[in-house]
Amino acid sequence: MTDNDSRIGRRAALVLGGGAAAMLAAPWVARAQARTIKIGMPTILSGRVATLGISSRNAVMMEMEKVNAAGGLAGRPVEMIFRDSKAQPQEAARVVRELVNTDGCEIIIDGEASSGSFAVQEVARDLKMLTIHTCSETSSLSADPKLRIPNAFRCVRQGVHDSVAGAAYAAKIAKEKGLKKWATCSPDYAYGRDTTAEFVGYLKQFAPDVEIVSESWPKLAQPDYTETLTKLLQANPQAVYSCIWGGDLTAFIDQGNLYGVFSKTPFFAVNMADYTVLTAVKNLPQGIHSGNRYIKTFPMTPQNAAWGDAYREKFKEYPTNWSWQNAAAVAFLAAAAKKANSTDTAKMSEALMGLTIDSPFGMNGKITMRAEDQTIVDYAIGWGTTIPKEPYMPNVTPGDWKQIVELETAWKKSKGYI
Amino acid sequence: MDLDSLFSCFASTSCVITQTTSGFIIGMLLFLVAVGLTLIFGILKVVNFSHGVFYMIGAYLALTVYQTTGSFPLALLAGGFGAALVGLAIERAFMSRIYGANPLMQILVCYALILIFDDLARLIWGGDFRSMGMPDVFQVPPVFIFGGVAPPYYIFVIAVAAAIAIVLALVIARTRFGKIVRAAAHNPAMVSALGINTVAIYALVFAAGCLLAGLAGALAAPVRTVSPGMGFSILIESFIVTVIGGMGSIAGALVGALLIGMLRTFGALGFPLFNEGLMYIFMVMVLVIRPSGLFGKEAA
Repeated sequence: MTDNDSRIGRRAALVLGGGAAAMLAAPWVARAQARTIKIGMPTILSGRVATLGISSRNAVMMEMEKVNAAGGLAGRPVEMIFRDSKAQPQEAARVVRELVNTDGCEIIIDGEASSGSFAVQEVARDLKMLTIHTCSETSSLSADPKLRIPNAFRCVRQGVHDSVAGAAYAAKIAKEKGLKKWATCSPDYAYGRDTTAEFVGYLKQFAPDVEIVSESWPKLAQPDYTETLTKLLQANPQAVYSCIWGGDLTAFIDQGNLYGVFSKTPFFAVNMADYTVLTAVKNLPQGIHSGNRYIKTFPMTPQNAAWGDAYREKFKEYPTNWSWQNAAAVAFLAAAAKKANSTDTAKMSEALMGLTIDSPFGMNGKITMRAEDQTIVDYAIGWGTTIPKEPYMPNVTPGDWKQIVELETAWKKSKGYI
Repeated sequence: MDLDSLFSCFASTSCVITQTTSGFIIGMLLFLVAVGLTLIFGILKVVNFSHGVFYMIGAYLALTVYQTTGSFPLALLAGGFGAALVGLAIERAFMSRIYGANPLMQILVCYALILIFDDLARLIWGGDFRSMGMPDVFQVPPVFIFGGVAPPYYIFVIAVAAAIAIVLALVIARTRFGKIVRAAAHNPAMVSALGINTVAIYALVFAAGCLLAGLAGALAAPVRTVSPGMGFSILIESFIVTVIGGMGSIAGALVGALLIGMLRTFGALGFPLFNEGLMYIFMVMVLVIRPSGLFGKEAA
């Protein structure tokens, strides 16, 4: 009996002990599960712009590894969930709702181009979760107070900043070399039209002698630019401006070379200094003026070069303009979570307002999330000329952020935003 | 509208020559694609929506061969004959099953082929756009003819396309094979009853159409961006050409392609904001006045 009793006693003890251990461990297990924070990211992973979307995802994965290695966001490990929006705004909006409602994401990194980002902004307004746009360059997204919400931020270069910096650079060369007759040639959709109009407006403001003698609006993904090029030859301008980008720019350069356009006329192509274009063009002409997109040589710091090399090492290709913007966004999220010591939307949003971080992509090693319109300033912005081989754009003239902000403010006033 | 610059262009020889040669450049490449489309429709009675695929295959094969061997003639041959071989396989495997089928079925099959081949191109060559690079022999300054500008490479392209147009016209009009093809277009049952292998004729015609599209892609590769989906960019214009020229007519394809070329280059001067629209307006006008196209048969 005694033996029996004692056996039962031991069994009971084991059961009780096990149960107690399980009970004690349960909240710990539950807490560990809740600690993981899911971040959702819609971006363009198929179609013509897929290269950019993939480069965005790459940058986020690379930077999130570092964040997780350093303990996550406010102590919570991050799990990223990526979804393809196929470059369709309605799909982007649907995907974001799914990421939040079904997958339980608490933060959205919005890797959408302009059209999709406006749709995502409205979903963010509705669902009230922290959202950071990382690819949309259209200025009104953050400048227009009617669109603004306290929980959405933008970590992207802006059209109006590029136009001011580009026009200031171009005006200086125009005055030095007496370039008065200009032609423009840009893609026929919102980005091409707006960016060109802003550039021309500022150029005329900085160099009043400039006149536009010819304008062409080839459509997006047009295979042949012959008529555009011969029209340029007829207009015989002293300089040409273009915001054609990607594969279209490659074709434009290849075809323009046949007509010798770039050997005699200075060409200002804001989107030229992008590694995807620079490495694709086989006969890259010397001396094309371009804005920086992402380039290892600007800012010319060991941190920036190291980041570009690390990305290349990991993904076997150079980062794009979208890559640095996404990398910077992850850094902003990490810094905000640290400052707020929380991943709560309201607390992180408050921490992001006016937050300055150390960044390889900052003009002076720092980027600020401007509090008044929740968008970044002081990022690296500049123009230079290309050479046909590495480092492609060795010398970049930095833009003047004081002038950029001054003219941006004037632009906002003219639009009735402030 | 900028009619001033259009009229001042007509007043200057150099401008007229430059714009006319550029019209030929756009037109002749378009012709190579459109003529295949029109041949296939005329004889096989299939509207081959997947024709742009062979243009893309030609461009990619030319790019690969040029970048591995460095030989441009080899690249052209690879583009043309590679596309023809793929075309032959497609004809045997898929197209031959849908001759005479419901047009909706034909469109579905063609559309499926577009999606499949675009994805295959992405798998094999990657999703990025590629540039082949201009062969050294053509890396020379443009030629000036009476003050008009013409890049040597484009003169070469025009010459190749013109030679093909002549050879094609001769083959169709003068040879026994051409006679059979014309007969098969008119009455395939009778041709078959005479003991002629119409299955082989159909396959050959389809492959020939693909060869021309592949060659156009190979010729375009040094100057146009090579990317998955590039076939679609030329498909719409090729259809406009065949609609204007008349479905099934080789002369119509040539005239239609050249008209579109001229409309684009001169339209860019006179109607810079409406250049794209001009092409469609012209097509609508042709359809209203001559529904079967400029060279189409009335009963078609």
